[in-house]
Order: sequence, then structure tokens, then C-alpha cells
Amino acid sequence: MPRCFQVNAQDNVATMLEDGAGMVDVLGQGPGRIELAEQIALGHKVALRDIRSGEPILKFGVAIGRATHDIRAGQWVHLHNCSSNFDERSQSLDVHSGATTDTRYE
Amino acid sequence: MSAASRWMYTAARQPTQGMSELAKTTWSGFLRSDGRKGVRNLVLVIYTVECAQHVAHAIAAGEDDVHVIGFPGCYDNAYAIRLMLALARHPNIGAVLAVGLGCEYTQPGKLAEVARSSGRPAESFYIQEKGGTRTSVATGKEIIRRIREQIQCETPRVPMTLADLTVGCECGGSDGTSGLAGNPAVGAFFDLLVDAGGRAVFEETVEMIGLRDYMLERAASPEAAEQLAAAYDKAERYCQSVRQYSVAPGNFAGGLTTIEEKSLGAFAKSGTRSIQGVIRVAELPRGPGLWILDSVPDEHFMQFGYTNPNDTEGIMDLISAGSQIVLFVTGRGSVIGSPIAPLIKITGNSATFSRMQEDMDFNAGRVLTGELSLEQAGRELAELVVGVASGGKSKPEGLGHREYFIMYKHQDTPSLAAGCRA
Repeated sequence: MPRCFQVNAQDNVATMLEDGAGMVDVLGQGPGRIELAEQIALGHKVALRDIRSGEPILKFGVAIGRATHDIRAGQWVHLHNCSSNFDERSQSLDVHSGATTDTRYE
Repeated sequence: MSAASRWMYTAARQPTQGMSELAKTTWSGFLRSDGRKGVRNLVLVIYTVECAQHVAHAIAAGEDDVHVIGFPGCYDNAYAIRLMLALARHPNIGAVLAVGLGCEYTQPGKLAEVARSSGRPAESFYIQEKGGTRTSVATGKEIIRRIREQIQCETPRVPMTLADLTVGCECGGSDGTSGLAGNPAVGAFFDLLVDAGGRAVFEETVEMIGLRDYMLERAASPEAAEQLAAAYDKAERYCQSVRQYSVAPGNFAGGLTTIEEKSLGAFAKSGTRSIQGVIRVAELPRGPGLWILDSVPDEHFMQFGYTNPNDTEGIMDLISAGSQIVLFVTGRGSVIGSPIAPLIKITGNSATFSRMQEDMDFNAGRVLTGELSLEQAGRELAELVVGVASGGKSKPEGLGHREYFIMYKHQDTPSLAAGCRA
């Protein structure tokens, strides 16, 4: 079964330790399991509980940004539903590749 | 203590039993006249303008233990000169040859003079005075042969321990594993190094965005807290003014969503010990312990792309702070190395490690699979550092990687009116 890692007990997200779909083990803060709502890649984050739009996203027990939409437990948390409190431009990047979409090449 | 520091705190609570033995481990180093000790005894060729770059590299080509750095600009820059002088007097450097074209502002003769006054054999010449390419390369090779022989015969050998080491750490090509395993493993090692009386240096204040309070909790003294606050505020103003944050497409693709998330992961490399203060580029730590290196330029000289143009630039800054060895944490993988101080490459991503094993020295990904505790990872890393300090080649060193990057920058300048010479 694929695994994800929750750094701190306060965290509402965990980081995938391999690519995964379906049920995954949650390590780091005692054993647990969560069912992924979609395919989530290694290094990316899964919501461990429902998070309302505007709520802080917590990792390492610290806010790494805020939810821009309601997020359900098991969903992928990334640029499409989480925003930095500092860096506004990152919201415009391609959610899969991280590539810029606001730079004109011609 | 914040929630985040509690997690990192579990990494290395106390010096472990085995550590006391590691702290006593000695190896043979090279004694310099200022009392610092090197883990290598290298000749450094420095060029003072891009026009002399080919000749400098041709002089070093095929020569053992001859490394090259240089500054591309024709107009000189106080920051770049301080950086080159710090590298010329680095404990791993035994002798210096400075090569110029002849028209540029930066004077190779002056660089050699300062290196000589530090007790190192040092020479210089202008290409225009020697003749052309071939004559200059032959002249350079002849000088190298002479000064290398001199340092091989004359440099005193001396026992070294971890207390004699300054180790820098940089991260680049970060992914979701860097903050979970790669950087925390370095943090566990940094705790061991600091407990053994050594110096640990980390940088990238632009990757501490969002962590102001958390950083200040770690200050060793009110003075240190003041220095940390000033460095943090400058970095945040810098990022706001250029609307650029130190996070790249590859980071996002690797699962990092915000600069705050990347910052927390990057800061994990600092371990858990108190931060003694802030140093600038080309400054040495003012005592043992953990230090932050501030490489952000003065505010009146802030321009886009000035602070962390690439990983190599940051590694050069850490070497200028006297690091005899530099650790580089990369989740996605990297094939860079460094001149002067061996680079040890660490990844928290086991897939990256197996795919790029020829370039990677240490797999901290084992922490995530439960094969290794963070404490054990820190200890293994300490053993690896001691092995490289004793003369074992790191992967990038063995592959011949010696990337360097020295740019125009301005730190500690009086005012804009002082111009770019300040």
C-alpha cells in the first residue's frame, strides 16, 4: 500500500512518499489510513481532513499558505486550491508542471 | 517551542554515545599560517576578467589539485574582490596564481600580494605581457609546477577533528522529500558538529520567508536575534520588491506548493541548536556553533535576480565563509560540484538516489522508509564527512565537477552615490 507522511500532529496535510491512488498508510504521527480522492504523486500533499476555503494549510505544524477552495479529505492539495501568503505569482503556474503561464515568448 | 521545532527537535535530542567517539576521531590536515586547517592542499588559479578565462582553464587542465575560479567583469567590484580574496586564503588552498589579460580593472598582482601576505606562495601575470595563448599557458604551467612542489614539501601536516571543521549546507532542486528527509538529516548532522565544537553555516535567507518568529526563537543572544530579524526583514523586502521568490517550476512539480512550505523544509537543515548570528559573504563565523550566511545585497542595490541566481553561487558564498566541506541537498537530483571545498550530495528521494547514484553521496530517503532514524542518518553523514575530510573523494569531486559563479553584487556599501566600486 502506498504511504504518506504527516510531519506534525497539527498538520491537515501529509506528503506522499510514492505515487498513489486508493487507500494509503499515513505515517509519522502513529498509524492511520486515508482514501485518496484522486491520483497523487510522490512529494505532493493529500488533505487529511476537510479544509474550508480560507483555512490555513498546516505542515510542520506551521501555516504554509491558505485554502482557496473547500478541500475534502483525500484530495490533492496544491496550487489549484492552496495559495501562499507571500508569493502571488505561484497561483498562475501550471498545476502539474509548475511551468509559467504568464510569460510571453512571442 | 513551536510545533515545527518540536518535530525537528526529535532529530537529535542529545549527543549520542557513539558521537563522543566520532568527536575524538582525528585525521591529518594542512596547517595554514592563520591557524586554520585545510582538508585539501590545492593550487588556485584566479582570472580577473572573462578574457583570461580560457588561458586560466588551460593552465589548470590535466593538473592534479589545481582548481580555477574567476570574475567575468572588466569593471571591478568590491564584493567580488572580497570573495576572491576569501577564496585565495581558504584553508584548503596552499598556493595561488592570478592571471589577467591586462586591460581590466581588477589587478591580479594585488590578489597575489594579499595571498602572499597570508603565507601562501602566490604569483601573477598579465597575458598581454607574456605573449599569446600558448606562451601564457606554458608560463602558467611552469609556475604551477613550482608552487605546487613548494606547498607539497613545505605545508605542515597537523591532526584535525570535527572541532576544526566549518561545514556549509545549501539545498537546490528541492522536492517534497527535501524538507522531510534530506534537510532534516543535515540538521541532525549539524547538531552533532556543533556539539563537537565545529562551525555549521547555512544560508538562503530568501528561503526563510514566512518563518520570522520561528527563526527568532532560535537566536543564541539578543544580538543574534537583532541580526536575524534584520536579515529576515531585508530578505522579505527584497522578495516583495522584485516580486520574485526563491521557488522554481521544478519545486512546484515536485509537490511544493508555496514559498512558506519550501522555507520550512529548507530551514530544517539548521538542526536544533541556537543560532549564533549572521555573517556576510566572505566573512568567517565569529566563533564555533551554528551561523546564518546573508548573501542578499544592500537594499539600495537590489535588483531582480541578484540574490540566488543559481545553486553554485550560494555554494561559493559558503566556501567564502571558510567551509572546508559543503553539503548539498537535492531532492530532484543535481550534477554540480565545486572547486576549493569538496561538495557532498545528499538526497531525501530514494528514486533520485538510485537513478543518479553516480552523482549522489548519501541517501537520506532511508529515513522515510523507516530503515534509518534521523539520528542515525546524522551520524552516518558525520562519518561520510570525516571520510571526505580525511582525503576520500566525494562523488562530484571524483567526477571532476568544479563549477563556480562569481558575480557583481553589493554588500555593506555606503550609498548609491558610491557607485559600483563600493
